[in-house]
Amino acid sequence: MTRSGLVLTGVELRRGGRVLVSDLSFGLEPGQLALVTGPNGSGKTTLLRTVAGFAPPGAGEILVGGTPVAGLEPEARREIAYQGHLEGLKKDLTVYENIQFINQLRSKSDAISKTLATLGLEPFADRSVRHLSAGQKRRTALAALKVSGASLWLLDEPLTNLDPAGRELVLGWIDEHLAGQGMALVATHLADVLKRPGSLLVEL
Amino acid sequence: MKLPIWFHRFGSPPYVYGLANTLAPWLAGIALILLAVGGFWGLVIAPTERTQGEVYRILYIHPQTAYISMMAYTVMAVAAGIGFIWRIKLAHAVAVSAAPIGASFTFCALATGAIWGRPTWGTYWEWGDPRLMFELLLLFLYLGYLALRAAFDDRDKADRVSAVLAVVGIVNVPIIHYSVLWWNTLHQGPTISRLGSPAMDTSMLIPFLIMVAGFTALFFWILLRRLQAEIVEREHGTRWLQSLVREGAA
Amino acid sequence: MPFDAVSLIFRRDLRLAFRRPSDWGIPLLFFIAVSAMFPLALSPDRFGTGVGETVVAAADAEAGGGDEAGAIEASVAGRPLYGLQSLGIAVLWMAALLSSLMGLDRLFLNDVEDGSMEQLMLSPVPFIALVYGKLAAHWLVSGLPLIVLVPVFGLIYQLPLATSLMLAFALLLATPALTVLVAIGAALTVSLRGAAAIIGLLVLPLASPILIFGARATVLALDAESAAGPLYFIASLAMLAVSLGPIAIAAALRVSLE
Repeated sequence: MTRSGLVLTGVELRRGGRVLVSDLSFGLEPGQLALVTGPNGSGKTTLLRTVAGFAPPGAGEILVGGTPVAGLEPEARREIAYQGHLEGLKKDLTVYENIQFINQLRSKSDAISKTLATLGLEPFADRSVRHLSAGQKRRTALAALKVSGASLWLLDEPLTNLDPAGRELVLGWIDEHLAGQGMALVATHLADVLKRPGSLLVEL
Repeated sequence: MKLPIWFHRFGSPPYVYGLANTLAPWLAGIALILLAVGGFWGLVIAPTERTQGEVYRILYIHPQTAYISMMAYTVMAVAAGIGFIWRIKLAHAVAVSAAPIGASFTFCALATGAIWGRPTWGTYWEWGDPRLMFELLLLFLYLGYLALRAAFDDRDKADRVSAVLAVVGIVNVPIIHYSVLWWNTLHQGPTISRLGSPAMDTSMLIPFLIMVAGFTALFFWILLRRLQAEIVEREHGTRWLQSLVREGAA
Repeated sequence: MPFDAVSLIFRRDLRLAFRRPSDWGIPLLFFIAVSAMFPLALSPDRFGTGVGETVVAAADAEAGGGDEAGAIEASVAGRPLYGLQSLGIAVLWMAALLSSLMGLDRLFLNDVEDGSMEQLMLSPVPFIALVYGKLAAHWLVSGLPLIVLVPVFGLIYQLPLATSLMLAFALLLATPALTVLVAIGAALTVSLRGAAAIIGLLVLPLASPILIFGARATVLALDAESAAGPLYFIASLAMLAVSLGPIAIAAALRVSLE
């Protein structure tokens, strides 16, 4: 897949048979960040899940690199990474094992031990995820996302539970990602913190 | 796979509601006439069977209910499969409407089978009759489908998840059927095994077939009425339904 | 590439199973408890000898006595008095079926609850490959120990070694199909947290052919007859389940997570 944008046209979002959002249209260029804001229950998470292809939109079209997200070949899904409320980490595996698993699943490269240091996970790499704090878990999950090599990041409240240092780290990752022509769609209540020059604001 | 254009009319609730409304009285009439004629013919006119005596006359009810119980499952599974693949909500409505009817007919087949068994074999539950066992398993399949649906709060999800179960079920129904038959093959084979050379006497076969047709019409009549109720429930608050209610009131 | 993914998730699930033995150990203990305790529900005077005599009443009528000698005499006279043994075959099959239902709700629920399922669905490999990997790992920790344990429990029911081995062999063919069937139940109910009871209702009727042919194969072995017929049947059921079942499982999981 070429690294081109994300386009939503006339998208309707539903949850439990109820329409949350109708006729939502926006586009995201490589290197651009979109912040999705709105009160609780306005459909931020549903939007991210729909863009990730977990649920079909009630109406409209979502194109990733020119292809409807529902029809993406497995190989093309490599370009999408999603981080929701749930970290997607196995409690009984260590931080290292978790990141290794996601890394192998997505990209098959084994070179993660050296990246662990740059990800700031070294101190607890061999600890089982069960014994991590909520912030450490979030940091691990985001690190897994960072090593995924995806061009489109879908982040749901990425700064939750993070301490100031963790926030700086993650914000740095996002900047790095955008600078490398990546895209990020971020649902957040902290738009002020995450805002970057040229970022798009999607209010639901 | 694309569906033919004409099929899409069947995705429109007002169209299907109207169609059901037109067809239902006809089916009702056909069902009642056939059941009355077949019932009278079978219970009064048809000759007494040589070995079983008058008891055999349950032949005009039991096999028919058993047949409907299997046909209803097929209708349910095909409708659910169509609804799942082409995302047609009305097809799910058909599946939901068919399930309780099928379950009821399955229960009737079990009950009439047990009643037949008592004078014929001296027991209500004859282990020599594997088809009774099959009906029981079929009843479990129906109840599983209904229980799974009932466990969901979200109707869309209930539709789609239960559709997967229905399709898995329909693949398994023939396997279960023949497994159970094989499990105990002591029972006499199906009474009319091959069309053209029925084992049954013509004087019994005609009312038998009339009852089959009658029960089939009865099933589709109930199905259409249940489907209408299901559509009303799913479409409540829509404009076409409100105007329909206003017309009805006027 | 999909095969790499199958093996990757297979190894991950095995590692997880190794770290959480209770997930697969409890169903096994359940199997052991049911199989061992079932004879307590019978009267000991009904299985005093090697040949079981649950049909002792019939034997009485034939042999004219309620004592063990009468029953043995009846069995010598050629009546198939397999009481305890054929009961044991039924119990072992049923216990295997029930224990494979136990704890099965965790098969996909664990991955759904911690968000791993979302990551798996987004991975650049066909989702069905991951389903196969998970099923294989589950079979290895739930089906295989059962196959190993079953001949031991054949002893309780005084089954001849050949019959016990046949039971284990039939289970070897049947457990893949059972794993797929219960996984279908688990996938259908994954968004209804803690709906384990429903899984039983959904799966048991679907598993009836396996029960029928499995038990038949074992009984034929007990009668020292060829069990090839039912074994072929179980094998083809397993092939059918293993080839088509994961499609249904993947579909059910996708729908459940919408």
